[in-house]
Parts: sequence; C-alpha cells; structure tokens
Amino acid sequence: MSDIKPSVMDSDLTRQSAATLATAIARGEVTSEQVTAAHLDRIEQVDPIIHAFLHVDREQSLAKARAVDTAIAAGEISSPLAGVPIALKDLLATRGIPTTCGSRILEGWKPPYNATIVEKLEAAGVVFLGKTNMDEFAMGSSTEHSGYGPTRNPWDRERIPGGSGGGSAAAVASFETPLAIGTDTGGSIRQPAAVTGTVGVKPTYGGVSRYGIVALASSLDQAGPCARDVMDTALLHSVIAGYDPRDSTSINAPVPDVISAAKSADVRGMKIGVIKQLQGEGFQVGVLERFTQALDTLSALGAEIVEISCEHFQYALGAYYLILPSEASSNLARFDGMRFGIREGDNGQNSVEQVMSATRERGFGAEVKRRIMLGTYALSSGYYDAYYGQAQKIRTLITRDFEQAFASVDVLVSPTAPTTAFKIGEKLDNPLAMYLNDIATIPVNLAGNCAMSLPIGLAPEDGLPVGLQIIAPAMADDRLYRVGSALEAALVDQWGGLLIQEVPAL
Amino acid sequence: MSTLDREQVMHLGRLARLELSEEEVVHYTEQLDQILGAIASISEVAAESIPPTSHPIPMTNVFRDDIPIAGLDRNEVAAGAPAWEDNRFLVPRILDDPA
Amino acid sequence: MTTTDYDHVLVEFDPIIGLETHIELGTQTKMFCGCSAEFGAEPNTHVCPVCLGLPGSMPAVNRAAVESTIRMGLALNCSIAPWSRFARKNYFYPDMPKNYQISQYDEPLCSDGYLDVTVMTPEGPQVFRVDIERVHMEEDTGKLTHAGGAGRIHGATHSLVDYNRAGVPLIEVVTKPVVGTGVLAPDVAKAYVAELRDLMRGLGVSDVRMEEGSLRCDVNVSLSRPGEEWGTRTETKNVNSLRSVERAVRSEMIRQAERLREGERIIQETRHFNEETSSTTSGRSKEQAEDYRYFPEPDLIPVAPSEDWIAELRATLPEIPSVRRARLQQAWGISDFDMASVVNAGALDLIEQTVNSGVDEQAARKWWMGEFSRIARDRGCELEELAVGPAQISEVESLIASGELTDKLARTVFEAVIAGEGTVAEIISERGLKVVSDDSLLIAAIDQALAEQPDVAEKITAGKIQAAGAIVGAVMKATQGQADAAKVRALLLTQLGVSE
Ligand SMILES: [Mg+2]
Ligand SMILES: [Zn+2]
Repeated sequence: MSDIKPSVMDSDLTRQSAATLATAIARGEVTSEQVTAAHLDRIEQVDPIIHAFLHVDREQSLAKARAVDTAIAAGEISSPLAGVPIALKDLLATRGIPTTCGSRILEGWKPPYNATIVEKLEAAGVVFLGKTNMDEFAMGSSTEHSGYGPTRNPWDRERIPGGSGGGSAAAVASFETPLAIGTDTGGSIRQPAAVTGTVGVKPTYGGVSRYGIVALASSLDQAGPCARDVMDTALLHSVIAGYDPRDSTSINAPVPDVISAAKSADVRGMKIGVIKQLQGEGFQVGVLERFTQALDTLSALGAEIVEISCEHFQYALGAYYLILPSEASSNLARFDGMRFGIREGDNGQNSVEQVMSATRERGFGAEVKRRIMLGTYALSSGYYDAYYGQAQKIRTLITRDFEQAFASVDVLVSPTAPTTAFKIGEKLDNPLAMYLNDIATIPVNLAGNCAMSLPIGLAPEDGLPVGLQIIAPAMADDRLYRVGSALEAALVDQWGGLLIQEVPAL
Repeated sequence: MSTLDREQVMHLGRLARLELSEEEVVHYTEQLDQILGAIASISEVAAESIPPTSHPIPMTNVFRDDIPIAGLDRNEVAAGAPAWEDNRFLVPRILDDPA
Repeated sequence: MTTTDYDHVLVEFDPIIGLETHIELGTQTKMFCGCSAEFGAEPNTHVCPVCLGLPGSMPAVNRAAVESTIRMGLALNCSIAPWSRFARKNYFYPDMPKNYQISQYDEPLCSDGYLDVTVMTPEGPQVFRVDIERVHMEEDTGKLTHAGGAGRIHGATHSLVDYNRAGVPLIEVVTKPVVGTGVLAPDVAKAYVAELRDLMRGLGVSDVRMEEGSLRCDVNVSLSRPGEEWGTRTETKNVNSLRSVERAVRSEMIRQAERLREGERIIQETRHFNEETSSTTSGRSKEQAEDYRYFPEPDLIPVAPSEDWIAELRATLPEIPSVRRARLQQAWGISDFDMASVVNAGALDLIEQTVNSGVDEQAARKWWMGEFSRIARDRGCELEELAVGPAQISEVESLIASGELTDKLARTVFEAVIAGEGTVAEIISERGLKVVSDDSLLIAAIDQALAEQPDVAEKITAGKIQAAGAIVGAVMKATQGQADAAKVRALLLTQLGVSE
C-alpha cells in the first residue's frame, strides 16, 4: 500500500474523497491536521467568492484535528471517517460555536449544548471546519434568504446553489470540504445537491436524531449527509444515523446497512418506478433529457423500469405550504429576544410585548415573516380544519400513494428539481415560483420516506448539473445507495470520472 | 376558502408578535392571499373519511425514565441571555395578564 | 358583604360552578426533561436546553408523570383514552420559554369521571357528585418576580424570570358544570378541591404543598334564574387555597347577582381573585381572548396505554377516600356529623397521623377541631399550614399525662409553637411553664390568698365550700396558671380543716 502515500500527499488533498482521506489518515500517510489545513486554505482562497461559510475558526479546527491525530495514534478512535473534515449547516447547535440559522435574530448566539449528530461526529473523530450558509431558518430554495448574504453556485457564480442548504452543497462542490451536513424539510439537501452536481440524502424521518437541530417543521425535518460521491455519503450517513432517546420521534431500530449497499453497485432484478406526475409540464427540457438517459442506463444495468402514478402528488405542494408554515410559526415563537439572541427596542419604557414584536420584526427576514403569518393564519380558530386539518389528510393520501407504489416497485425515481440552477434574484419576489422548485422533493417529506439526489449530467441548454431523485420506503435507505452506486459507477465509466470534476476552476 | 383582508393581516401580526410596517401589511395582504389561492386546490379533495397524518412514521408510547440528570451551568445560561439580573433573566415590563 | 347579601342571591338565582384545577405532580424530574423538579432551588439552576426552550431542543415525556395521571384518572372514575396526544397551546408570555405550552387539547388522557364530596349542612352531611370532564397533562411555567411597583405586575419597571419551575409536570382536572348546589356552591367548591388534594396525596402522586403554589384553581361561576337558560360565566383565575376557592365563588355569586338585578349583563371574561379583599376584579374579556392555535405537538408521539398497563396501574391504587373515611369513623367511634366536621375542617389526615403517633383519638380530635381550628380561622389559613403537627401533640399529651402540664398550659405552649417561638421543650423551659407541684409553694400561696380575703376564708370555714373557688382562682393567678386547680382546692380544704 506504500504506493498510495506519495499519491495522496502529492495530490491536492481537497480533491480527494472522504473515504480516501480517512484511509490515508488511518494508515498514517497524512495527518488530520494536514488534511484540515488544506481545506481551511481552500476556504480562505475561494470562500470570498462562494460565501458558503458563515463561521470558520481556523485555530479551533486545527487544534481539534491535532487532538484527533493523537487519538487515532493512540488507537482510541475507530470510525470510517476519523480525521476527515466536515462542514455543518448553521442550523445545528454547536456548543460555544456561533449558530445563527442564517438569521440576524441569532447573531452572536453560542449554544450551551451540542446537537446529537454533532456529538456523534465528534465521537467519530470528524473535524469541524465551520458552519455553512443557508436560507434563514431553512426557509427557501436558493440560500438568497440568508440574513448574511447569498451563497454562489461554483458552476456559475451568478446562479443560486439551491436551498435551504446551499452553503453545505456549495462548500462540497467547490472542494472546500469533502463532507457536509444538511437538513431537508422539503428538499433542502436534495435540491442543492442536484443544482451543484453533488450527492445528498434525506434519510427516513426518524432515522437521524433531530435533537439540537433548530426546528423548521418538526414533522418534516430530517438531517442528512452531503458529499461528492455515493460512498462518502453512505459513510457519513452511517456515522450520524441511529436511535436517540432525546428525540422522541427517532426510530429505535438498526440503521439500514448503507455502506454495504453503496459497495454493491448492482441493480439487476430491481424494479424502478418512474413517477408519472413528476415529469412533463414545468420541467426543463434538458433536465428531462438527462433523466430519460439515466433511466436508459439503469435499464441497461439490468433494472426493470415501469411507470407509476401517484394521483395525490398534485396536492403535495399545497399541503406542504400549510403544514410547514403552521409548525414553523409555533417553532419560531421562542425567538423573542428574552432568553437568547438579539433584543431590539428595549429602551426601559417599552413593554415586553413591544420588545418581542420589535425584535421579531427586525430579526426575521421577509420570507420567515411571510411563513409565520401564513402558519399563524392556518392554525387560527375557524381555519384549522380547512387548512391544517385538510393538509394532514392530504398527507395520508400521499403516504398511501407511496405505499401502493412500493407494493410493486423497489424504488421510485424522478428528476430532483424541475430546473437547473436559476439566476440569483430571478425568483426572489415571486414566492410561488420559488416554491415550485420543491415540487418533486416535497412528497417524500410529507410521507417520511428516504430519498437521494445523484448527479446525472449537465443540461445541454445551459451546461448546468441535473440531479436524479431516488426514493425508497421508510427504513429502506440502503436501496438508495444500491441504485445510486450502480448508476454512479456506470456514469463514471461513461465520463471518466465524477461529474463534479467538471466544475469550473475558481 | 376565504381570502385575507388587511384587518386580518394586522391581527395575525399581533398574534405572531411582528411589529409590521404599513408597507409590509400591504405586501403580505397581497402575497398571503395569492399563496392561499394557489394552494386552495387541496380543498377539492373530499377527505372526510381520511384520517389525518400528523406524524409520518406511526409510533406510540416513547417515554423517559424519571431519573434526574444534570442541567446547564448557570454561568453558561447567563452568558447567552440578552439581559440578566440577580441570577434571573431580565425582561421588559409586562402589561398583559397571563393567559 | 354580609351573609344577608349572600342569602339574597339564592332567592332569585341558581349558581352553576365549574372548576379547573392545576396540581404539580411530585415526580423527581420535569415533564419533558431530566431536570430536577424539586422546589426551592437557587434561581435558574434546574434548567437545561429543553426547559429553557433553547433552539433545537426537544421534549421527552416522563413516564412517571403519565402513570401518575392515569392513576389519578382511575381514582376519579375516568375512562383512560386508548390513544391520546399532546398539543401545543400557542401564546406569548415571558414565563413560558417556548411561547407555547405543551398541553393536551381534544385528546386528553382521561375523561368522564366523577368525585363525590361531602358538605356539612345544618341538616347534616350532604354528598354531592361532581362530574369530571377530563384529566390531562401539561407543563408548568417559570416564576416571574416584578421589580419596582411594589412587586406587583402593574407599575413594575421590569421583571425577572426563574425557569426552575418551567416544565414541572402539572395535571389539570376539569369538572363538568356543577348544578343544584344552591346555597352550598362555595362549600361544594371548597370540599371538591380538598377532596382532590386528599386523593392526590393518598395516591402519592403529589404532596400538594399549597403554600408553595403547587395547586391552583380556576373557578367558573354563572347564575341563572330557575327554569331559564344558564347565564354567562366568568372564570376567576389562580385561586390558590381552599379558603379562597370558597370565597371566590361566594363573592362572584354576589357580584353577578347585583349586576343582574340592576339589569346589567355579565361579560364573559377572566377575573382575578384578590386575597386581601376577598373579591374578584376584571381581567381579559372574551373579545381580547387569545387564539391559542392548538395543534398536535409534532415533537412527541401519541400515548396509547395498553389495557395491561392500565390494569397494572389500577392495582396500585390505594384505599379510596370514602372507604377510608368509613373505616376511620368506625375505629374512632364518632358520629356521622362529627366525621363530616372533621373532613370539612381538612383535619382527617392530621388526626389520623396524630392518632398514629400514639395520641388517643379524643385528644387528637380535641386539639385539631378546637384550639387549632380556632387559630387557623383567625389567621385565615388551613390547618395544615399551622406550624404544629402530630409530633408536638404527642409530646405535649405525654406531659399532660404525667402531670407536668395542664390543658391550659398546653394551650399556651401550642400558641407559642404556632407563633414560631420555638420547640415545645424550648418554650416550656424558657417560660418556666411547669405545673407547680411543690406543696409548700402552693400552701404559701393559699395562705397569702386567705390573708387577703379573710371574709371568704370565714365563709368556707363556716361550711360554704362553694366559696373556695375564689381562693383557688387567686392561687391560680398567683402561680400564673401553672398549678393544678383540683390539687389547690384539696390543699385549701385541708388547710382550713374542712371536708366536702
Ligand atoms: Mg391548563
Ligand atoms: Zn430541563
């Protein structure tokens, strides 16, 4: 194995996969400190352009990397990602490290505790590079709704990197980090993955602990892995997943074996359903073209492709935009300037009600306020049944659509997003157009299933990445990796490498 | 489905503790109305007999044992507070009765 | 208000009452986090991300709190829901960290039960059945201290919040409207709350320390003219003692009757009870009422108690209060009326504990129902709030038995104990409260009294023995009551050489 040593050290460490880096670190060919330093250098170099990070503390990260190096040398850590750096979406509570959720209302707040997945990552010897930019409180599909300015797509800096986890996806796509954590309430991991040519997985609801992840919509939120290839995604998935008694909605069952599935790369005999309702109208031509090609590839690999109708998906967006704002309006009530975060308007005369209202008015951005208003309305007495109540019933119907589909197929597929990355500012004043971005990803959150977005090429008309969404039943996350690894292997063969290698130099 | 008027928007702002500007009231009245119009189709689905889903993965009875665990250090709690006095959170004067 | 005013209400109106009672459960930890639920800790030392409502934190349900609620539901003859959920009650208030309370809304854990309560009437004890609408779980709020404005909310410059109590488990017991109580409405309300308290203590789910605010009552009152529809009700919030419950119902009945008689309407509103004036004042009206926007708590999953679990909990229920009362009444050999008086005075537990500590039943009942009840009445507090208990009674009673204290001295001792002047032993020694048993001292005092009242001495010697009282009285006075009167009398007669 001595031939690897010069190859890794000689190469740009930031271009390596997490798996390669972890192996090299474990073998002592390179230290976590060196790997971490290389990524911090890269961040210093390109982040002024990309703006994927809201917070980086170089000395803290390097100190942590050195501690991990010592622990690895002492044989104290055995994890498939020991020593590998990661970026965390700024929605994760990190003790003593600023956590803003992309909102001005939390400016300067340092949580006094860690999210469960932060603890899991620390225990696995993963080193934190920093916190990534996002749409404020994860409300958005473009990262333009961040209180700290937009993140840019490394494929085209005039375009959005998707959202809400645009910072995490852009950081991975611009080689600032091999791994990132995202959260996905209606597509916030998958849609950014699709438009940045990276891989992202929304695990089964309850598969990864939500404790310490600032809630947007509690019944939809799920954290998950972002990486550049399927194997790295699986490794990260395996580290963060698992039962957590602090999250009552967490599933007390063994984590599906996603690593073996990612190694299998075999779809022979699998039945893949194409969702009839998630193609055609509203979908960009080039997106559909790549999608059809990917289906052909899967078919050539030995999978059977069939069309599946999910009748109630047409109501998913409506149900989602009632459930999400309703839950969010309540989840965000605690941001009132009394116990943490900023406080506005406290002149010693104003009442607590006035100070709360001023803090929320000035601390929240337009999209957050819009959704709080919408949710407050939907939960109001007299409207509950027509809005929130009806939306919860639609949710049942969508879940039934999935159940029916999975009775005859192993996985479902669709394009992840209807279009490639759009221009910054293009949809900012049109919330409805913005919401349509999540049309294909939302049904999965409503039903609690798992799904992956995988790059399947560039759209011919604009040369921008297109993602394929693979959907599996709850707690069958391994199927995503089985299909994903097979398709990725075939595409790498075709292209001579991962699609992300094509990203323009910064 | 009903549509939203200006009065309702102002009421919602008060309920949600948002000190909305006049401009915002106008803006949100228009936008919320638009959004509600766009999602109105969900009411087309006759769903009387359909049970609501409030939690995607059906589970019941998850409990914690009644065993105390250490909480936060008070200094750390105080450090995050916007205003703190006499080991307590300091809040502006309260005019409302509790609910 | 005079009693005449109150009685006058009943001439025209029938009261309908309803009670919502919140009681803190006596669990080790809070409802949704592992923080200690112990009372009286330093401010903000029993807090964590969950009960401070920090972003990202999530609740986890305390099993013991659910079990306590189910046991309480069973003891109240409720049905236990096979499927029940938590809901968020949304409103902004600085004592509530998340700006919503996790409570239960349309799917409570227990519903449709009843509680029988006994009230004393001139005709004897009368039993009322109070129907229970629901019993549910929720979390308590933090504690506000108002700075400036003499510690009151109005006029304060700012407030301080301690979240130690935030998240402590509460059960809320809601009655159905109670009708047909007539003049007894205030007594029924009070007896109901007392019975609820005793039930919780008996179940061991809470020790219900009312002085710590661990029981809080919202009292609904409306009046109707016989045969007419029920009137508009008011809800008087946070009535926190048995005595206040009674007075709140009474004063609200009088207030409403006065308004109705003047042709005014009752406004549906919440009201506040003022302990000092025993009256209620207007709070939030229905028009201003919050829209709580209840919805199922998405961070928690349903509670679905199995039949086995419920049966297991049912097996742990102790003797129900009415059975226990019958047993004690028989053991003590007292009448229905006496028993009802004991229950009504809130003295049952105290007397039982006193008897258990070795004091005979009559003596125990005499102290609690006599002297102590009088003091509690004067102070406007409950018996249990007095700083005296079974241990002290037992100590004093054994001193009486050994002739070291008289009843009269014992009363002096208890008064001082209750006033917080020290322990029984300290008070006896500091004040020198001991029966004067030295004969020579008593004889000297008798001689002195005889010398001062020679006419009386003559009468006694002449055979008018009933005149001895004057001399005995003088001796008692001289010894500051610390002599045994019977003994003084005997010594006096011996001294004068007369026999009875
Ligand atoms: Mg309540
Ligand atoms: Zn706590």
